[in-house]
Amino acid sequence: MTAQEVSLEQIWAWLGEVPDPEIPVISIVDLGIVRDVRLDADGCIVTITPTYSGCPAMQVIADAVGEALQARGIEQVRLETRLSPAWTTDWMSAAGKAALTGYGIAPPVQQAIDISGLHAGIRRRAAPVVACPHCQSTHTQLTSEFGSTPCKALYKCLDCREPFDYFKCH
Amino acid sequence: MDAKFDYLLRQGDNALILSQQLCQLCGKGPALEEDMALSNVALDLLGQTRMWLSYAGQIEGKGRDEDRLAFLRDANDYRNCILVEQPNGSYAETMMRQFLFDSWHYFLMDGLTRSSDERIRDIAAKSIKEITYHLRRSGDLVVRLGDGSAISHAKMQAALDELWMYSGEAFLYDDVDNAMVAQGVAPPADALRQQFLEHVGAVLHEATLVMPPADAWMQRGGKQGRHSERLGYILAEMQFLQRAYPGAAW
Repeated sequence: MTAQEVSLEQIWAWLGEVPDPEIPVISIVDLGIVRDVRLDADGCIVTITPTYSGCPAMQVIADAVGEALQARGIEQVRLETRLSPAWTTDWMSAAGKAALTGYGIAPPVQQAIDISGLHAGIRRRAAPVVACPHCQSTHTQLTSEFGSTPCKALYKCLDCREPFDYFKCH
Repeated sequence: MDAKFDYLLRQGDNALILSQQLCQLCGKGPALEEDMALSNVALDLLGQTRMWLSYAGQIEGKGRDEDRLAFLRDANDYRNCILVEQPNGSYAETMMRQFLFDSWHYFLMDGLTRSSDERIRDIAAKSIKEITYHLRRSGDLVVRLGDGSAISHAKMQAALDELWMYSGEAFLYDDVDNAMVAQGVAPPADALRQQFLEHVGAVLHEATLVMPPADAWMQRGGKQGRHSERLGYILAEMQFLQRAYPGAAW
């Protein structure tokens, strides 16, 4: 099968089944990593953007995109990386956020778009109020700005006492 | 040497050497959360290194990719500021070095988001989001430790006094920097230094630490390839595998 025989919608749907390697309940489309899909005479071109510049999952994601499409018969898959505009959690879908909560990771609670430029982000400030994904209490506390992966912070719930990951606004 | 190539090496080498030093603390942080934070910062800086050095390799046009530039250049060809090759030392020194670096790094990257070079703009816009966390965290720790116990305060003040002379090199522009300013690639030194001093001054004040004079004598040379002897040891460890087993891959 060549890329011309399938629709772009079909390719987006297939990519929507490719899980994030670190957080498998959310797809790379729901995460906002896939920015564009194009078809040309030579095959399919998928444009992805890195979440964090050093994220080790990016190579795994790039490989998974190629494998997912080749498994469906699209032989020629090219990957392009786009840096600008930089990835933001604002691109995360509502379905993706719901899936994160169900998995025990609190989703981003705010819009992130205004972080740069205003120099507001570099000042010390109160950590955002994040609801516990286990008991929904907002009586929670930041433990560390950095968690098990670059995209997450560590919180603990002061009511149910469970620690949990928070997917930071970025 | 092409000025832009040199300028890109400076960006990549600063991030790479500091990342390598922070990686040495992996598993040795004073607390689990600090350990993870240091490693996360190191990872961000390594990712930024790849963006800078891969672009540098393209500008040079001699077929060197980011790996060759990182693992097969000797100390004299490295272009990082001397600040980032200062020892990890105590946690006070690790965090003070980080704070001084992050403060400069943040405002430089902000300036580079308005660069005349599109690729540099993109890399800067990507990086500054990460650097914002780095700076908020290192500033927070400077305040907590500086305005902490008598011992932590004394250690932070000593670290500041020791490291201050390495904080000015980034603002001492040479022909490479000036060529980049002339082309609209890089922001001018004066405005950058002003932003740096204002932010650092405000955080140090909150931390009850005494900022050394802004016009103090400053170490220089790293940007031109004249380094402290420490860089050789850092590179010896970082580059060992590619030197001993050229082209090794996995």
